[in-house]
Amino acid sequence: MITLGHFLALGAVLFCIAVAGIFINRKNVIVLLMCIELMLLSVNINFVAFSRFLGDVSGQIFVFFILTVAAAEAAIGLAILVTLFRNKRTINVAELDSLKG
Amino acid sequence: MSYELAAFWAFATVTVLAALGVILSRNPVHAVLSLVLAFFSTACLWLLLQAEFLGVVLVLVYIGAVMVLFLFVVMMLDINTTPLREGFVGYLPLTGAVVVVMAAEMVMLIGSKRFEVTLPGSDPAAAAGKSNIEWIGETLFSKYILPFEIAAVILTVALIVAVMLTLRRRPGTKHQDASRQVTVKREDRVRLVKVASEPRQEGNP
Repeated sequence: MITLGHFLALGAVLFCIAVAGIFINRKNVIVLLMCIELMLLSVNINFVAFSRFLGDVSGQIFVFFILTVAAAEAAIGLAILVTLFRNKRTINVAELDSLKG
Repeated sequence: MSYELAAFWAFATVTVLAALGVILSRNPVHAVLSLVLAFFSTACLWLLLQAEFLGVVLVLVYIGAVMVLFLFVVMMLDINTTPLREGFVGYLPLTGAVVVVMAAEMVMLIGSKRFEVTLPGSDPAAAAGKSNIEWIGETLFSKYILPFEIAAVILTVALIVAVMLTLRRRPGTKHQDASRQVTVKREDRVRLVKVASEPRQEGNP
């Protein structure tokens, strides 16, 4: 029988894959953005699973808001990326050191 | 094994494999397409949980709009991926170790008896005699109306920011200044000229 633990485990595994993606693709900003999307997806899986198993509608409403904010974040992130590429001709994180931090 | 459990394992396997494809693929276009597959199989999982509205929203809004935007940007930028892959293999063993330990810890916690809640027989929305959309909508538009409005403002701000960030004004291009067009006054455009009248010549019509 399918249990809540199945969905939570899937969310945990997806989150870990996304963290691994951020570690190993440190230089490619596009893949970093995609890994953040994956993380949000894993959190959303948890929300939906809890909402269904506990019979509470708030979980699904939170997923709705997370999707909204994630869409806004992706749009702004990609706009920044396009501007960055236009000015520096690269999206390599290692070369974005104009602030000399 | 029940049908639900078999379907869960199938969709979960596809999701995890697609997520691995996102982080390991060499070509960014392949990564975006793998992410589309991950989102789609997650939407199937949400349908399995009877969250129909969110499943459809994930496919329509996320795959249809956000992922296409990603794909568009990846294809528009001419990216040389070779320097971006430097240090990829070097970090792989340490990353793999950290992540496997992290996943093992989380799954161990989740595997406790406390989370062995089986799926309630009937969906809470169906038990109340409503569809999933009615169930969400009634709460969203009453208890969560203020967050809903704020979400609308966030989307509008994001739209304006995205346009303003990527807008490029090149010198020498011809364009209309809408604000000057709107604020123009009658006196700026119309000039009344007094013309002296001449008496009509007799004989000529």
